[in-house]
Amino acid sequence: MDLTLKVWRQNGPDKPGEFKEYEAKGISEEASFLEMLDIVNERIVESGGVPIEFDHDCREGICGTCGVMINGHPHGNQKGTATCQLHMRKFNDGDRIVIEPWRATGMPVVQDLIVDRSALDRIIEAGGYISVDTGGTPDANLIPVPKEAADASMDAAACIGCAACIAACPNSAGQLFTAAKLAHLNLLPQGQPERYDRTIAMVEKMEEFFGSCTNHGECEEACPKSISINNIAFMNRDYLVAKFKDRRKAGQT
Amino acid sequence: MTTLDAKVPAGPIDNKWTGHRFDSKLVNPANKRKYEIIIIGTGLAGASAAASLGELGYNVTVFTYHDSPRRAHSIAAQGGINAAKNYANDGDSVFRLFYDTVKGGDYRSREANVYRLAEVSNEIIDQCAAQGVPFAREYGGLLDNRSFGGAQVSRTFYARGQTGQQLLLGAYQALARQVALGSVKLYNRTEMLEVVTHDGRAVGVVVRDLVTGEISSHSAHAVVLATGGYSNVFYLSTMAMSSNVTAAWRAHRKGAFFANPCFTQIHPTCIPVHGDFQSKLTLMSESLRNDGRIWVPKSADDGRPANDIPEEDRDYYLERIYPSFGNLAPRDIASRAAMRMIEEDRGVGPLKNGVYLDFSDAINRLGKDVIEARYGNLFEMYERITDENPYEVPMRIYPAPHYTMGGLWVDYNLMTNVPGLYAIGEANFSDHGANRLGASALMQGLADGYFVVPYTIADYLADWLNIDPLATDHEAFQEAEEEVSGRLEKLLSINGSRTVDSFHKELGHIMIDKCGLARSKEGLEEALDRIPRLRNEFWSNVRVPGTDDTYNTELAKAARVADYFELAELMCRDALEREESCGGHFRVEHQTDEGEAKRDDEDQAHVSAWEWNGYGEAHTHHKEPLTFDYVALAQRSYK
Ligand SMILES: Cc1cc2nc3c(=O)[nH]c(=O)nc-3n(C[C@H](O)[C@H](O)[C@H](O)COP(=O)(O)OP(=O)(O)OC[C@H]3O[C@@H](n4cnc5c(N)ncnc54)[C@H](O)[C@@H]3O)c2cc1C
Ligand code: FES
Repeated sequence: MDLTLKVWRQNGPDKPGEFKEYEAKGISEEASFLEMLDIVNERIVESGGVPIEFDHDCREGICGTCGVMINGHPHGNQKGTATCQLHMRKFNDGDRIVIEPWRATGMPVVQDLIVDRSALDRIIEAGGYISVDTGGTPDANLIPVPKEAADASMDAAACIGCAACIAACPNSAGQLFTAAKLAHLNLLPQGQPERYDRTIAMVEKMEEFFGSCTNHGECEEACPKSISINNIAFMNRDYLVAKFKDRRKAGQT
Repeated sequence: MTTLDAKVPAGPIDNKWTGHRFDSKLVNPANKRKYEIIIIGTGLAGASAAASLGELGYNVTVFTYHDSPRRAHSIAAQGGINAAKNYANDGDSVFRLFYDTVKGGDYRSREANVYRLAEVSNEIIDQCAAQGVPFAREYGGLLDNRSFGGAQVSRTFYARGQTGQQLLLGAYQALARQVALGSVKLYNRTEMLEVVTHDGRAVGVVVRDLVTGEISSHSAHAVVLATGGYSNVFYLSTMAMSSNVTAAWRAHRKGAFFANPCFTQIHPTCIPVHGDFQSKLTLMSESLRNDGRIWVPKSADDGRPANDIPEEDRDYYLERIYPSFGNLAPRDIASRAAMRMIEEDRGVGPLKNGVYLDFSDAINRLGKDVIEARYGNLFEMYERITDENPYEVPMRIYPAPHYTMGGLWVDYNLMTNVPGLYAIGEANFSDHGANRLGASALMQGLADGYFVVPYTIADYLADWLNIDPLATDHEAFQEAEEEVSGRLEKLLSINGSRTVDSFHKELGHIMIDKCGLARSKEGLEEALDRIPRLRNEFWSNVRVPGTDDTYNTELAKAARVADYFELAELMCRDALEREESCGGHFRVEHQTDEGEAKRDDEDQAHVSAWEWNGYGEAHTHHKEPLTFDYVALAQRSYK
């Protein structure tokens, strides 16, 4: 198939960017979206140009490295699919495809389609863990976990940290990412001791980087792992409880 | 040729590790903060080591070329992690896990290391459960297990089809906690390009910031490489796109021996290649072989669609040839069997390059829901790539490069022969011999990182108390920095006519063809003739666009491919000198009448460790003899 690409090019974080057009001729339907970009890049290099930079690694939808806006949709418009898992058979001959980086103030562009998502690491560092040191832990079967809780926790833990949710949100909110990690840990018995402190710390760190949630629901729609927006409700509830507890604790001292 | 000393502690095997921990020197808690440790890599091995060493109180600096430590290649592991818990009450034990792993490795691993691995396996599960890894559970709330190839017990723990992801997130979160506490300093998007040595010891590294191109030096009392495997030497493999050998290779060029480079694993269940533009191969987890049956048509060139081929015209060849293990035969055996079917023109699919993995029996027996609960995400992944629904038509699979058992030579302490330089996880050669069993790489990465290196490193560090690391303005660092910038400048200045990928692809073709599933003297000699010529062409005709002061993927790739050429040559040399077939290394000259691998325990029961002698010079071959005191050497049989 023959395609026309309109791609965002930006030569560094502080440089201005612009759209450039590229012809992508003779692309196989069996190729993945990123393989299509590989082919275009090979041709750019062969003709003396500088290839389009984009992030990717596993190319099987699990590492969360890839992710671009495709015709205005994060990861394109196939539901539950990361950019690297999109295949060209979902496009039509003659299509014009607009490709842009994620856009959010908390995720500045690094180069072309690559953005800096280290804010997500900062949110995890604020409390996205269970504080156990290596060694001396009890036998794993001493902590039974109801299957439903384990399954719900796993559903949330499936987040790949790609930041499509933030890119999709009109407010650039980081709620779905943060709520997914909170649900993963707060649903498990192991996560209970730090549950409320964790919630406050992560939510407040998130607010340093990202906008607030006004329930658009675009995040769930864009998520390549179909993480449920219910996690946000769960997070908000825990946050309220946490704030209440906080006040109680303050009153006691 | 010298004989290598692995420093295996004396005593009975089940007491070696305990005894060794007692005999090793310790660093007292107050002194730990006087030490600097550099860790390269944040996969399972690197993240777990960094977190554990940070918790102990050392000053840890960790580098990864990924944009976040959470993205390391380990994230892609699907199937599971082994441990000798015997929760299934089916006769498992530390000794059985040890035995299976030594046998599965076709008797080319070091017994003492493997025993330790089996010994700490249970603690790994405890650790991960405490961290909140959402392992699969039974209805009663206890942990669920499944079986993997090469084992007759159920000892594999899993988190849906995303075990590697969940284990890595556990380690990443433990690491994030230490970063927040200030005990670990993390550099992302930063690639290590040189190991720095002084007086024969490792004293630091030279790294490059992938965003700004800035080159800098970092010094430490010890350096730990946790940089993963080198399957991408084959170009197409199941490895993440940026996985590479550079860190290990640079260490090798600085004196660290490279062990058993030809021991590579070709995994039997991957989605077959579909075109020239293909960038990567996708694994379908081995766990699928618990419920899927592998078959090809009985007659050559049977053109019928799978569902039109009646039962009597199907050959369930693994069940036929290996009745006791059937579809769960180890990887090397299952891969070669598939290769033979395709050579007999019984391959399936448009390119006739696959075999069927069929779930219809399991779906009839257990219901679609059960199969969906077990493998739903894998089935979806398959459908996205192939546009075929595996609930209705059998999957097509084919062997693909997947794992490298070879790696930097390490002693029992996981230290390379360069003092102060450690290698852990897939980057070392230590535990899997000539073939790795499923679900044991995750186990090894976490064993090394959580439970081995945090102890063994103290024994080395204790001697350097109150001695500062070498200053980074020392000429050893200056020279290393110049070497790095010179190499990158050279790559940018060639301005030839071929892209980096075109060279990588050509190298990959040679390697898969001559040093892949089957190897012959003739083929290896041909490869050894072609690789240096291709390498010379690379250095005179590659085109690397852009500059070195912005993000430049092509430049980073070019430097990695340059190292692959040198590694590829060594792999072929190693394969040529290993005059036997064992595990993943199949020399056509050495096979039984039935076409199975034929080991030579008289002459080849050793680790081959290769010493670098300079660019274009032949390596020196060192050997570490292997002795088997607990697992009797036997012809491996899965029949
Ligand atoms: C598709 C797939 C499925 C698998 N499934 C299983 C399974 O079910 N069970 C199992 O036991 N095993 C499985 N394996 C194998 C297992 O996943 C790997 O062997 C293991 O995760 C390797 O971990 P590691 O920590 O050694 O390296 P990696 O996870 O590869 O991490 C390497 C790290 O080093 C960094 N790095 C490398 N070089 C440099 C450099 N020069 N500078 C800076 N940083 C660098 C990278 O950024 C990364 O952080 C699977 C492998 C694949 C490919
Ligand atoms: S490249 Fe890993 S999720 Fe897309």
